[in-house]
Amino acid sequence: MANQYLPGASPWTQRLLAIYGALVLFFLMLPTVIVIPMSFSDSQYLEFPPTSWSLRWYREYFGSSAWMSATWTSLLVAVLTTLMATPLGTLAAYGMHCTSDRVRNALQILVLMPVVVPSILVAVGVFHLYAIVDINYSITGLVLAHTALALPFVIITVLSSLNNYDMTQEIAARSMGASRPKAFLSITLPQIRFSVLTGAFLAFITSLDEVVVAKFISGGENATITRRMFNALRDQIDPTIAAISTCLIVVSTLALAAVQIFGARGKEST
Amino acid sequence: MSAGTASAINADELARGHWRERAQFIGLSLPATLLILIVVFLPLFWLSSLSFLDRVGELSSENYQRLTGDLYVEAFVVTFQISASVTALCVLLGYPLAYWLSRKPQQTANLLMICVLLPFWTAVLVRTYAWLVLLQRNGLINNTLLSLGVIDAPLQLAHNLTASIIGMVHIMLPFLVLPLYATMKSIDSDLVRASVGLGSSPTEAFWRIFVPMSLPGLFAGVVLVFIMSLGFYVTPALLGGGRIQMLAQRIESTITIFSNWGAASALGVALLVMALALVALLHRVFGLDKLFVR
Amino acid sequence: MDAAGASSQSLPITVRNLVKTYGDLRVLDDVSIAIRPGEFMTLLGPSGSGKTTLLMALAGFVSPESGSIRFGEQEMITTSPHKRGVGMVFQNYALFPFMSVAENVAYPLKIRGVSPAEQKSRAEAALEMVKLGGYGGRRINQLSGGQKQRVALARAMVFEPRIILMDEPLSALDKKLREQMQIELKQLHQKLDATIVYVTHDQREALTMSDRIAVINRGRIAQLDEPKALYRRPNSLFVADFIGETVLLPVQREGDGVSLQGRKLKLSTPTPPGNGPLQLVIRPELLQLEVGDNGDTNTIAGVVRQTVYQGDSVLLIIDAGDGHEVSVRIATSRAGQASIPDSSSQIALGLHRDDTVVLAEQKS
Repeated sequence: MANQYLPGASPWTQRLLAIYGALVLFFLMLPTVIVIPMSFSDSQYLEFPPTSWSLRWYREYFGSSAWMSATWTSLLVAVLTTLMATPLGTLAAYGMHCTSDRVRNALQILVLMPVVVPSILVAVGVFHLYAIVDINYSITGLVLAHTALALPFVIITVLSSLNNYDMTQEIAARSMGASRPKAFLSITLPQIRFSVLTGAFLAFITSLDEVVVAKFISGGENATITRRMFNALRDQIDPTIAAISTCLIVVSTLALAAVQIFGARGKEST
Repeated sequence: MSAGTASAINADELARGHWRERAQFIGLSLPATLLILIVVFLPLFWLSSLSFLDRVGELSSENYQRLTGDLYVEAFVVTFQISASVTALCVLLGYPLAYWLSRKPQQTANLLMICVLLPFWTAVLVRTYAWLVLLQRNGLINNTLLSLGVIDAPLQLAHNLTASIIGMVHIMLPFLVLPLYATMKSIDSDLVRASVGLGSSPTEAFWRIFVPMSLPGLFAGVVLVFIMSLGFYVTPALLGGGRIQMLAQRIESTITIFSNWGAASALGVALLVMALALVALLHRVFGLDKLFVR
Repeated sequence: MDAAGASSQSLPITVRNLVKTYGDLRVLDDVSIAIRPGEFMTLLGPSGSGKTTLLMALAGFVSPESGSIRFGEQEMITTSPHKRGVGMVFQNYALFPFMSVAENVAYPLKIRGVSPAEQKSRAEAALEMVKLGGYGGRRINQLSGGQKQRVALARAMVFEPRIILMDEPLSALDKKLREQMQIELKQLHQKLDATIVYVTHDQREALTMSDRIAVINRGRIAQLDEPKALYRRPNSLFVADFIGETVLLPVQREGDGVSLQGRKLKLSTPTPPGNGPLQLVIRPELLQLEVGDNGDTNTIAGVVRQTVYQGDSVLLIIDAGDGHEVSVRIATSRAGQASIPDSSSQIALGLHRDDTVVLAEQKS
């Protein structure tokens, strides 16, 4: 009874379904997993399974000033994006939560646009815009663009958590002498902090992994790691990329874990 | 009890206060809204207006006319074909997976879900690179097939259409599975069991009871995957070996190689209109504001 | 909590011509009310009547379209809620779950910049007043419903507000606890020097606790009076029906009086003017089982349909003609035993003229 996926179907059908499902999961996991052992291969050529192991490619990665500079740029931009998107997004979510339905609906559509519009169009348009004010290839430009792309994630997360939050507490706090900002900071924010943190992680990862816009507007000294990787992949397959990819996978996994943990805590505390 | 102006005490001041408060709330969203308007809307607006100007800067539909040329028509056709194939494959792979997961006990499902979430969270570039590793001439798949003796010489699996489609399916699959899983979870197994109990065959019960109820989630996933495939850039650019020119790649090359902003903008507008139309459809059917409520 | 500290003289509240609309709906329809300082005023009405809206307007969380609200001499209607100095207690307590009991109670003091030492002592004193002395260290999720309500009360009182507003604070509690809390609240009110405005839909609760009751219906005040007067002399069928148990019997106009079952009724108040239909409002407990000889009693004749034994009393269900039923309760005392009528027997009930109330049906 426990494994009755298809009520009434034969055991063979049930097993077939399980095998099929497992294969699809395997398909999903395989590429992500394969990169990791690849990064420890000693060989210049992409071979699998690796015949000899070494940390050669990690040395290449951490030893290359170009790669390190790109890594630094990406991390800096990601952190700055998070620092900008999280407060802006949280305040926006709060404002949207307290406003009338009509305004909220309009804002929700607006806020979804960065996610819906194909990133190539954003990239091309932003490139042109930045050319006018001459902030192409700058950290500022990247941060502004990435913040706009990350905001929807922060806003959706925080807004959803506010919908489950009992605003009467804020009203109680205000009746006791706290102004609206004070009530928000001392009573509401502590209780939605997990969703704010989740939003922050989402913003971080969105910026770190962003390829298309960065390809257009980052460059020179301020090239992001994604831009360098993209160009490298186009030209020739450099095994250093396996090492870089593994590092990115580790970062993503940590972020995912953080989101799961904080996301779960967030649901508990409301 | 007349509500004439005589008894409308303080009405003006109260009205002012009311508007002030509303303005304050909108003001809180202003920085975020402004940023999105400047970074996303303004460029799009500019792009759209550019599409209606010819090389001299005068109003014309020349750019759109050029879209009827073979090169661009091909881009549209290819884009639709690929997007449709990717979507179809995602459904083929994703529907049974989502179904299987939804019938498992919550704990097990959560654990297995990691296999969907982890790739979902991994950067697109990393996954695309991984597919290059797998599909290369001396990549994992070829080497395995060679060593098993299935083939004599390595197959050309990368830098072509097949690779692009495989890569895209891999990226898009979680976008189909996640909403579909959520919908399926809410369908009670008892309904199908009851149907079987009443005499229908398991297959019949599945098709007539379960599938219709899963359609909303399926529809959402399908439209989402399709929209994303239409505008997708990274994976086909890298896995296609330069031969795959979907709309996104075509726009990029039109600008970076040919500096033909006019044509690129017209393509861009066409792509935008398609994407927005599909989103509007999705909103019509589901109400996207549901995204904001858990 | 005594007047040894800052002068805490309770304030009168004067509301004039308050109008609040949501779209086309007039939730508060030109409401005016004068609440005396130190009074326990209850706003009583069915759900949707506007009583909570009125309370929220007093607190400042609902912004009316027009009108005036004064606390004492000061106009408050455009003042932000956090500057009104009003204590509030909510139906769902609205306690802060991530703070301890003491921290919750001390919050208003913290906001006002009171020193931590003083916060502690005043919070403890407030908890003592609500009989939760020593509970300061507990977490909110460790408390029962009744305890939570007391903490909410302590929190609303700790900064010695001159006005306290309560929005159905007891409706989430079970009956026994509720009745206990009603009495405690009344006692607390006597100790506090504050004006209390209390919202409820439970008429019994209102009758128990209030100095005066404002019955609200559809955004207007139907009647504002002391409990006894409200009960004895309702000014409309709505009020009569809402408060206490009522039986209504239609009566016919006869000359400038009224008659029931063909007999002219003896009244103590004038008959409502006009031509509209009239109803006799009967409080069942005021019915006498025998008419007696004194000429001040009206007779209501009927047939006993059913006698229902209810342990401490027997309920008589009487058919008063035309399908109207009147029920009378007889306590099963030793003396009463003998006088319980049988089913199907004729009976004549008495209603003293002073207890007889005749009201016109309202056109809504």
